[in-house]
Amino acid sequence: MDVLDRIKEQVESNPVVLFMKGTPQMPQCGFSSRTSEALKSCGHEFAYVNVLSDPEIFENLPRYADWPTFPQLYINSELVGGCDITMELHEKGELQTMVSAAVGNKS
Amino acid sequence: MTIQADIEQKIQYALQPTFLEVANESHMHNVPPDSESHFKVTVVSAEFDGKILVARHRTLNALLKDELAGPVHALSLHTMTPAEWQEKNGEIRKSPPCLGGSKAS
Repeated sequence: MDVLDRIKEQVESNPVVLFMKGTPQMPQCGFSSRTSEALKSCGHEFAYVNVLSDPEIFENLPRYADWPTFPQLYINSELVGGCDITMELHEKGELQTMVSAAVGNKS
Repeated sequence: MTIQADIEQKIQYALQPTFLEVANESHMHNVPPDSESHFKVTVVSAEFDGKILVARHRTLNALLKDELAGPVHALSLHTMTPAEWQEKNGEIRKSPPCLGGSKAS
């Protein structure tokens, strides 16, 4: 499968998916760590892709949504943003609402 | 010109910010001394009025496309309108510590 199709599949088959460096249990970058902690605090399970263990995704994710940096958070197939935007939404309480709505929609 | 100065100049020109700070945070990461790889940018501009965060970040990512495709590895963006900046009293979140995943050499 083409790498962009693989990314698309991840984005579209998961209500919440985080492309990050490392894993939520063992993040390899401070920005990825902070973003996954914010997501964890929302209290719902979320999917993640460790871009360090998939060089093809690492190389190509930036052109998927024309977003140059990691991590990247997608909710309901839409790019929410990276660490700074996620933290901003988290601090305003909006992240929780978005995640709950997305996860709730699926079940 | 340093990359830092280059980033400052591009943002200054395009967004006429009322406040702009470009901090080189490369020393916090696993890169050689005097690197210009990790930056934290705080921009306060009326140009952001009515724009959601993703749009503001996209504006900056586009503006700094060449830098991001080249030496700049991490770009932390804090984008506010003058009113939002006043509300925050100039308080900006500190960048997180490096956890080693940066592959810049």
